[in-house]
Amino acid sequence: MSVILTEAEAKALLQKVLSYSKADECEVNLLGETRGNLRYARNEVSTSGALTNKNLAVQSAFGKKVGVATIDEFDDASIEKVVRRSEELAKLAPENPEYMGVLEPQQYIKSDGYFESTASITPDKRADAVAKSLALSSDKKLTAAGFLEDAKGFTALMNSKGLFAYYRNTNVNFSLTVRTDDGTGSGYVAKGYNDFSKLDTAVATKIAVQKSLGSVGARALEPGKYTVILEPTAAAVLVENIFFGMDARSADEGRSFFSKPGGKTKLGEKIVDERVTFYSDPTHPELPAASWSGDGQPQGKMLWIDKGVVKNLTYSRFWAQKKGVKPVPGPNNMIMAGGTATLDEMIKSTKRGILVTKLWYIRSVDPQTLLLTGLTRDGTFYIEDGKIKYPIKNFRFNESPIIMLNNLETLGIPERVVSTETNQNYILPPMKIREFTFSSLSDAV
Amino acid sequence: MKRRDFMQLSGMGLGAMMLPNIPVMGHSVAPEALLDGGVDVAVKKRLADAALNAAKSKGATYTDVRIGRYLNQFVVTREDKVQNIVNTESYGVGVRVIANGCWGFAAIVDAKTEADTARAAEEAVAIAKANARLMKQPVQLAPQKGYGEVSWKAPIQRNAFEVPIQEKVDLLLGVNDAALKNGANYVNSVLFMVNEQKYFASTDGSYIDQDIHRIWPIFAVTTIDPKTGKFETRQALSAPVGMGYEYLQTNPKDKITGITTRYNKGYDMLEDVIAAAKQTKEKLAAKSVEAGKYDLILDPSHLWLTIHESVGHPLELDRVLGYEANFAGTSFATLDKWQSKNFNYGSKEVNLFADKTQVGSLGAVGWDDEGVQTKKWDLVKDGTLVNYQAIRDQVHIIGEKESQGCCYADSWGTVQFQRMANVSLAAGKTPLSVSEMIKDVKKGIYIIGDGSFSIDQQRYNFQFGGQLYYEIKDGQIAGMLKDVAYQSNTQEFWNSCVKVCDERDYRLGGSFFDGKGQPQQVSAVSHGSATARFNGVNVINTARKI
Repeated sequence: MSVILTEAEAKALLQKVLSYSKADECEVNLLGETRGNLRYARNEVSTSGALTNKNLAVQSAFGKKVGVATIDEFDDASIEKVVRRSEELAKLAPENPEYMGVLEPQQYIKSDGYFESTASITPDKRADAVAKSLALSSDKKLTAAGFLEDAKGFTALMNSKGLFAYYRNTNVNFSLTVRTDDGTGSGYVAKGYNDFSKLDTAVATKIAVQKSLGSVGARALEPGKYTVILEPTAAAVLVENIFFGMDARSADEGRSFFSKPGGKTKLGEKIVDERVTFYSDPTHPELPAASWSGDGQPQGKMLWIDKGVVKNLTYSRFWAQKKGVKPVPGPNNMIMAGGTATLDEMIKSTKRGILVTKLWYIRSVDPQTLLLTGLTRDGTFYIEDGKIKYPIKNFRFNESPIIMLNNLETLGIPERVVSTETNQNYILPPMKIREFTFSSLSDAV
Repeated sequence: MKRRDFMQLSGMGLGAMMLPNIPVMGHSVAPEALLDGGVDVAVKKRLADAALNAAKSKGATYTDVRIGRYLNQFVVTREDKVQNIVNTESYGVGVRVIANGCWGFAAIVDAKTEADTARAAEEAVAIAKANARLMKQPVQLAPQKGYGEVSWKAPIQRNAFEVPIQEKVDLLLGVNDAALKNGANYVNSVLFMVNEQKYFASTDGSYIDQDIHRIWPIFAVTTIDPKTGKFETRQALSAPVGMGYEYLQTNPKDKITGITTRYNKGYDMLEDVIAAAKQTKEKLAAKSVEAGKYDLILDPSHLWLTIHESVGHPLELDRVLGYEANFAGTSFATLDKWQSKNFNYGSKEVNLFADKTQVGSLGAVGWDDEGVQTKKWDLVKDGTLVNYQAIRDQVHIIGEKESQGCCYADSWGTVQFQRMANVSLAAGKTPLSVSEMIKDVKKGIYIIGDGSFSIDQQRYNFQFGGQLYYEIKDGQIAGMLKDVAYQSNTQEFWNSCVKVCDERDYRLGGSFFDGKGQPQQVSAVSHGSATARFNGVNVINTARKI
């Protein structure tokens, strides 16, 4: 049997698992996935491989005593064994005061991230896609290092109250760094899709090649505050740190950026420029996601920051009950609204500034202000009088995405990007920011 | 498991709640499953032979098989509650082959039959053959003798998986209680235990069975100033180690007393958390640092991370050659610098070595993940760059005849590649204590514990923070500072090293989650040093107003 089950197969298997349950409550998670990748460097393939994986996790509860056990084998005897084992563990466990019980059946909106084009990738198709890219970089006598990874899988959930959820997904990520042979120029591109047929490795490669050749002969600018244009790949690794901090409990407890003195939070407050809006939407055609969270809570379109104002923080079911509000599960995707300017128009309207195409090694310096540090990488350019004048040496920055989104000049047209820090995909616009703080120079290319 | 997954699981990360549902690597299992012996060695040999034979019959010229069982246990608490007790088990096979001169790899979960392991081998050969057209030169593998049937076990005294959960819960809740009693508002604490049961077989004739243990106790204490809403945290001064539960047994000889107590081979978690709770209050009241040049005195609990980032990584040969150019980056320490035999990586005081044998370290194993026996070697000798870290398919490039034995995969499901050995700064040869070192400093900062860290992709420019910062004025500690981070350049920094304390102060720090590779893999690695002094380093102030 394939490890990727259809909705009907998953439902039948989960019903069988639940038929063995003797606990007060039982919840079963099921997953199956296959992954393949092709990795290359120095213009040739290096390490590449494939992975097949599956798992069944059973959670049983007697009152507020909970136990979890899992298994890889799906024959009847194994299934009964895993159910019994989770029940034994539950009986031994201390009461968990934060256990909220399993949910009643929920209604989910339809979302589908599964594409046959990606599901049917073979080692030869991967090699073809990479060969197209290698031909272009070799033509220009450049050195390419890249990675093409695809995955197909499903997850399903059923509980003893009759809740059932299923989601199938495919994904492909392609990233490429092209360097000049003398090591003085470097350019990068990353593309993520659910549908492999949307990936054109040749088009992507041309972007990295152009940045690589264009970044040769970088000059040093003094560190300081500059107007910057962040391409979406650079913006993603900064703004995702806002999403990661939006937990109501930490905010209520006074230990997050979203806290205010006296046990209050910034919910309902304007924290960034009014043109900034973030939302999640599992049905977004360019970034489909599951319409349910791991415990079965439904996910629809949800505003997180609307016109600069914090609209929602995440509330676990326990914390929501304690605070007398509705639970808000963490989102399965994130989209930032943009403007209408193209990147070229944003450059043209810049008197003096810096184009940042990628950022690297982002770390939190101060969680209270969301101050981050990191460096520019793989193509940084000086803009004067609306034109890219010359490439510049890389900078270290120390900046908070909150300060940055208060210093907003322009938002461009949003596009799907891959975070180079977390591999998460988002939809984000390029953004022009004034007074972005660069603190020192780096010799790295 | 990725660093971020761990942060989410343990609730120690900022973004715990916002991340989509990332599965934890491995599966949760009952505690008793952690104690059974796993698959018998004779069975593993039979499964491995099936893969070796299948690959050969499909045309592989080299094959290695790793049958792995990876066990983790986390005990996660906050204040007076146990949030989570997670036991995970992950079992499967990964087969790596060379066919038509090209690497191929495939992995299958729950591979319990010869048909399963043979299928993985066949899939690996198919991938190698599909990719061979993208090769310019066939893989050149350094010869390696076979060791026959051998085994290695980490020399632990008390298997952490045999310690009852109740004992672990009592320890952590006791730690939390002490933090709250000493004025903290919040405290999270976690015990993280790892057991890798790894079986390796190759066409060189090795069948290697290894049993590896690691443990990491951590906490984060938070105190909030109710008037201003400002908060400060202090994290544990523990180190992740390649030890059993004996690491949590306290022993006076493992304590280094001073402005705050630090620990060597035994960690007193209760004592450290009491200090931490008091220090968060001190931090709230501390003076904000004035930016400028300072002489830095760096404790081993801090310096390990600077060694890791500015020495361990740039001296990985795969980075130097460009194999990591698309993710982790390349290196400033290029081959011409090594070939010149006079590249001043640091001052004459600086001796850095790689070591995969150090007892109690995270990287210690008998054989690496391509069947090479482990050893110790010099990287920087009296300040001069002398060597790199390399594995079997690269070592010919630096003129060596055999691999240095630092190949590693973080799971049966991932392919092995060059990973950092334990890289350490040798202790000074002249007797020197920390107090003697501080006595000579006119304007300095003494930094203890690791904090924020970031370095560029060629390992020149870095910025580091810490847990505790003490101002030094005219040879005396003058009180606590906050908002401190230092920025430097690797070569400049190591050349500013003027003194290293002696062997008495030598301790290990380390990382459980060193990330590299695509798909990204983690690796656990230790770094030893004694306290060291660096002159005239640039310190910035990190405070911001919003």
